[in-house]
Amino acid sequence: MTTAQSRPMPAPRVAKTNALGLDKNEYKGRDSTLCKGCGHDSISARIINAAWELGLDQQQIIKLSGIGCSSKTPAYFLGASHGFNSVHGRMPSVATGAMLANRTLIAVGVSGDGDTASIGIGQFKHAVRRNLPLVYIVENNGVYGLTKGQFSATSDKGQKLKYAGVNQLPSLDVCVEALAANATFVARSFAGDAKQVETLLKAALSHNGMAVLDIISPCVTFNNAEDSNKSYPWGKEHEIPLQELNFVPRMEEITVDDYDDEQEVQLHDGSWLKLKKLDTDYDPTDKMSAYRILEESRRENKMLTGLFYIDTKQPNMIDLLNLTDTPLAHMTEAETRPSREALQKVMADL
Amino acid sequence: MTVLVQESPEVTKREKIVNDFNINVATANGSGSQTSNSLLIRSLFKMGIPITGKNLFPSNIQGLPTWYNIRLSKDGYLARREAVEIMICMNGATVAEDMASVAPGGIILYDEVLPIAAHRKDVAYYPMPVKELVKGADLPFALRDYVANMVYVGVIAYLLEMEMAEIKAALEWNFQGKPKPIALNWDMVNRGYNWAVENLTNNQPYRVERMTGYNEGKVLIDGNTAAGLGALFNGLTVLAWYPITPSSSLADAINQYAPQLRQDQNTGKSTLAVVQAEDELAAIGMVIGAGWAGARSMTSTSGPGISLMSEFAGLAYFAEIPAVIWDIQRMGPSTGLPTRTSQGDILSAYYLSHGDTRQVLLFPGTPKECFEMAGNALDLAERLQTLVLVLSDLDLGMNLWISDEFDYPETPFDRGKVLSAEQLKDLGGKWGRYLDVDGDGIGYRTIPGNAHRMSGYFTRGTGHTPYATYSERSDDWENNLHRLAVKFETARTLVPKPIVEEVEEAKIGIISLGSNDPGVQEARARLRTAGIETSYLRLRALPINQDVRDFIALHDKVVVVENNYDGQLHKILVTEEIQHATRLISAAKCDGMPLSARWISEFIKQVAA
Repeated sequence: MTTAQSRPMPAPRVAKTNALGLDKNEYKGRDSTLCKGCGHDSISARIINAAWELGLDQQQIIKLSGIGCSSKTPAYFLGASHGFNSVHGRMPSVATGAMLANRTLIAVGVSGDGDTASIGIGQFKHAVRRNLPLVYIVENNGVYGLTKGQFSATSDKGQKLKYAGVNQLPSLDVCVEALAANATFVARSFAGDAKQVETLLKAALSHNGMAVLDIISPCVTFNNAEDSNKSYPWGKEHEIPLQELNFVPRMEEITVDDYDDEQEVQLHDGSWLKLKKLDTDYDPTDKMSAYRILEESRRENKMLTGLFYIDTKQPNMIDLLNLTDTPLAHMTEAETRPSREALQKVMADL
Repeated sequence: MTVLVQESPEVTKREKIVNDFNINVATANGSGSQTSNSLLIRSLFKMGIPITGKNLFPSNIQGLPTWYNIRLSKDGYLARREAVEIMICMNGATVAEDMASVAPGGIILYDEVLPIAAHRKDVAYYPMPVKELVKGADLPFALRDYVANMVYVGVIAYLLEMEMAEIKAALEWNFQGKPKPIALNWDMVNRGYNWAVENLTNNQPYRVERMTGYNEGKVLIDGNTAAGLGALFNGLTVLAWYPITPSSSLADAINQYAPQLRQDQNTGKSTLAVVQAEDELAAIGMVIGAGWAGARSMTSTSGPGISLMSEFAGLAYFAEIPAVIWDIQRMGPSTGLPTRTSQGDILSAYYLSHGDTRQVLLFPGTPKECFEMAGNALDLAERLQTLVLVLSDLDLGMNLWISDEFDYPETPFDRGKVLSAEQLKDLGGKWGRYLDVDGDGIGYRTIPGNAHRMSGYFTRGTGHTPYATYSERSDDWENNLHRLAVKFETARTLVPKPIVEEVEEAKIGIISLGSNDPGVQEARARLRTAGIETSYLRLRALPINQDVRDFIALHDKVVVVENNYDGQLHKILVTEEIQHATRLISAAKCDGMPLSARWISEFIKQVAA
């Protein structure tokens, strides 16, 4: 088995500005008001870095969220982008509307385990089913932080919390739920694994459809005991990467070292996601393998991370609607008000 | 073939009654009676006769009783009328009460196999050999039930002396020229007609005659189709909806007309996105997301959907996002009576969501207004940056109404206060999303995708400053509410004005809204005959404007006529015009039926006494 040390690293960047000539600081948001050490802040940092490195135009990005600690974070990254902190569990529908209005935008959604797997499971699964073009990040800590420590639907059976006691119910697995809803991109990572989070984020940003990133993100205040499988100590101890991942953006020449047992996936925008298999049997384009490996890791109580499933062939919901290339939001009156003759014809036919 | 026609002596020698009676058709749901009834109403309409059709249908696909009531009124009174002169009985489950409901002197056509308990002396009976006639047509078994209703079309056509050419034309229109169903149904209409010619002596008094002066330049249309067309002609770009009676036909109409009206001729691509959401919460979420990102977006629903959309309605109000909801009202609370009409959502819609919210409501009263207000609503939502609800109801939305042809909308879209990248550049990038620059309570917004570096802002339903930053400060909160109150005052000046008909010396004023209009109009004519003059204000929006205040101040008694139990509009008017509270009298009724002129006029007679 290959160790993390031997992962090929992308060429170190020397430039202080990105392809748009912007400094990384310009991709920051407001100061976080989350607890010190919160996993969510690490994820925000990775979003900032990924967007900066990819040279994304913040004016073309929308960031959306529901309600909860995780959903506060869009204020803390990509400060120049439009942001929308919507209602609890309903971010997917708001993102759907926004993408219908303007198909050229890049949508980044941030949710939590309560926001996605409890109150929002319905909207989550339907947006997955529609293959909405959206990077859907679940900052999963298995606990309600903002209301001070209740169980969520991803809390593990038998888990103990200070006030809530012992969780008697089995957990929902966000990745399994996504697969069952016919997701086209399903991955899991750990907030403490900066490189993997960032690589998956970059790939997700290039995916044509919904990219579900279930990121275990420990809550340092309410759920960081060593026996919790959503804690830092447990995660550091138990994380098992499924593959070594590398992402090659569209604009870069492919200069990555050859892998053994390597699989390359070309993404919608021409970028490449390269996966070096750690488990030689694993094929991320095979949904059965994804179900199997997720169930096995659950039984063995392991935190398996990596890209479980990808399908780059499915159309997204906007493709299916056969909409004009011009965003609907930019449509003029001339383009959206039928003619006088058209009304006369309708009236005559009645 | 021998037929027993029982005639009571008093109906044989009466004067003919022309174009002024009610036909009620009782069938079982799902038996194809929708086609036969639409033939009747359409051909009568094309004969120039003022008619109105009320479909009383069950919440069911097949089997439960359904009635279709057609009122003919040579004088043009098109409210629901309770009395029935001509009853067509095709449903054994209701035949006893249907026959009992006929006014003395009326006639009853019925399928001869139906069980008849006792014959009345004061009506005439016409049993029809439906089964036999269908059998004679030698049809595939599966089709027999569906064409059986054409028999009564043929028989009533003979008795009323309808123009068969108009029935044929209506049939061709209904089946859009498809020869096979047209031939099949036309044959059955003729079998009914010919049987009647050979076997009936037509000495009953009811007749129809072609007339002029009313239906010229008019169309027969339901409010939901009109609303859908209005949205298509007014730049709707995102429709997200979830099926619910009685609103589904609004989205259906948009789907039906969109290919013809909103497809780019060169590319074949659509300038409109229609999404059937997974529920009403998602539908309104999509509408709000789309409105935020610059689309003209709306949804259509009914009471239960309004309840579900309540939280999002508060977000749209407080985060100030354009959105439109069409509420085709039905009976509530809860599932209520899903297929019966009501105006019971006025209070909940006006104050929809928690906290201090007041929403803008529009009340179309005719299909033409449905068409126009579809545009008003999209404009107002973007101008006011808020949720606008259009409250129609099942009667207006689903029943066929005679309507003036729609005028082509001449006014340009109002896209509201949106800053472009160029404008931001001129401002040096300095702007505040919720800053009241113009004193009307409405800030400027930017649309995602705006290329200016300072265009981005953060939208949230939590407390915020004029610059859209998070705030829990008391003064920020209060200032924001003050500004929203100013915006609501602005809304008063922008919403459609009421239609007022002042009558000099009238001591009584009537305020009503929406589909009650024909009932109120007819009631006023009846009252005038009884020596009671009334003025009339038809409210077309909330919040009320100065015209409404003046009208209330001008009359000693103001009767607020509405189709709900609690007198919801009355309550709102009392709240807004508390100094005139004692003048306002609630005339509220809620039995699932459109208000009749008889009920309204009787109520007002009591008030006048």
